[in-house]
Amino acid sequence: MSASSIVSVMLGLILAPLLFGVINRTKAWFAGRRGQPLLQTYHDLMKLLRKGAVYSRTTTLVFRLAPAVELAAILLALAILPAGGVPAVLAFSGDIVLFIYALGLMRFFTVAAALDTGSSFEGMGASREVYFSALAEPAAFIGLAVLVRLGGGASLSVMFSGIGKAAWLAAGPALALVAVALLIVFLAENARIPVDDPNTHLELTMIHEVMILDFSGPDLALILYATSLKLWVLGALIVNLVLTLTDWTGMSRMAAFMAGMMILAVLVGIIESVMARMRLLKVPQLLIGAGALSALALILVMRSAL
Amino acid sequence: MTGLLDAILVMLILTSFLLLGSSRLGACIRIGALQGIMVGLIPVAASGADITARILAIGAAIIGLKGFVFPRLLTWALRDSDTSSELKPFVGYTASLLAGIASLVASFWLASKLDLAAGASSQLVVPVAFSMMMTGLFLIVARRLAVNQVIGYLVIENGIYVFGLAVARDVPVLVELGVLMDVFVAVFVMGIAIYRINREFDHIDSDQLTTLRG
Repeated sequence: MSASSIVSVMLGLILAPLLFGVINRTKAWFAGRRGQPLLQTYHDLMKLLRKGAVYSRTTTLVFRLAPAVELAAILLALAILPAGGVPAVLAFSGDIVLFIYALGLMRFFTVAAALDTGSSFEGMGASREVYFSALAEPAAFIGLAVLVRLGGGASLSVMFSGIGKAAWLAAGPALALVAVALLIVFLAENARIPVDDPNTHLELTMIHEVMILDFSGPDLALILYATSLKLWVLGALIVNLVLTLTDWTGMSRMAAFMAGMMILAVLVGIIESVMARMRLLKVPQLLIGAGALSALALILVMRSAL
Repeated sequence: MTGLLDAILVMLILTSFLLLGSSRLGACIRIGALQGIMVGLIPVAASGADITARILAIGAAIIGLKGFVFPRLLTWALRDSDTSSELKPFVGYTASLLAGIASLVASFWLASKLDLAAGASSQLVVPVAFSMMMTGLFLIVARRLAVNQVIGYLVIENGIYVFGLAVARDVPVLVELGVLMDVFVAVFVMGIAIYRINREFDHIDSDQLTTLRG
């Protein structure tokens, strides 16, 4: 563990809510509006933290525990995540499994808390979340398996430092496929268009937003912050992967990583501006498609072993 | 030039996946056209530096026929029909995609057993060819609408062409143009058949043709 690793985690902690601002600004620009301030999410977090929380009488301990567990789980994932060529604070062989299941734990508590409220709408959201993430997880896992194979180590930190220009020359198509599959998983897991519309106000069509309807005050702040960190963490996977194309090191790699995260946020804004949300029936097809891309990439890199 | 050839072959697999997953007929025709164009680029990409006018001419003929003439014919056959998408395929789109992945794995396994790729310029040629043939066959079996079945036929033909590239590097122009001519006639006839079926029965659902038996 080095000082730069801690700095990269701190940067993630500080800059994550900014991504929402960049996405919203991009969407506003496309719609010809000025849009909310870039720092709106920070103001929202401050406002929510000052308020009191209201709990429904049907809820139990699970509901009160959920925000804290979600934040803890995503902080764990952030600690495993290398950023911009700097190894992660926490790195050991096989940490990709912990990474995926830290995200899984976060999801489990979101779903459990949603079911705990006893609201039928939240139950619908929970059901969709579980269904879609069950399809997104294989895509992410197989995609990471490709990177493990090429990077030469089952740790996120080893993996991203092991893949370089040589790997891109040898297995460029496979790596490009994984990048696209991870982008689809990123959009699905963060409840963005085309899977879920973060701005929708109709409970029947929501996935993520409907599950957190009953949270208020500091609890909602924790969830909002955890959600922004999730956007950061999954986005960082894609940016790290694309950055292996370059051979920058040190500060320039870190700067490129930060710029890459902002470009990714702009890209999400563009996707949300030019696309409509998919019909719910079509979403599994998209996610299986992402799985197909990952599987194809895995076959491409494994074919010498077949 | 293996990198370019590999990229094209991967794109071919992706277009096959897209065909398996899309229900819109217009989209299917366009994806089929894209696949045809990429198949046309293969001989050019495979020959690399020692490119000849003959290879260029064959590539141009393939691109012209599969990328522009066939799609036009199919769109023309669909002109008067109200069908814009396949509503009830025999196998659903999600299941089709899974079948596509399974056939891809199977073809990579098969290709590794056959050990045919000695003459090919890329290790991917044989498995991709197998997977395209299987995908085409699957499209013909699993879809009801005649247009999709024609597209499946074209995918099989593309697969056979790619396979030919692997086993015989140098096919005489005459043979190649003959094959292209056959495919052209086949698609032309099928296009007319679709048009006629549509005019006669107000649909192009080939499954219902079984009820015609007198």
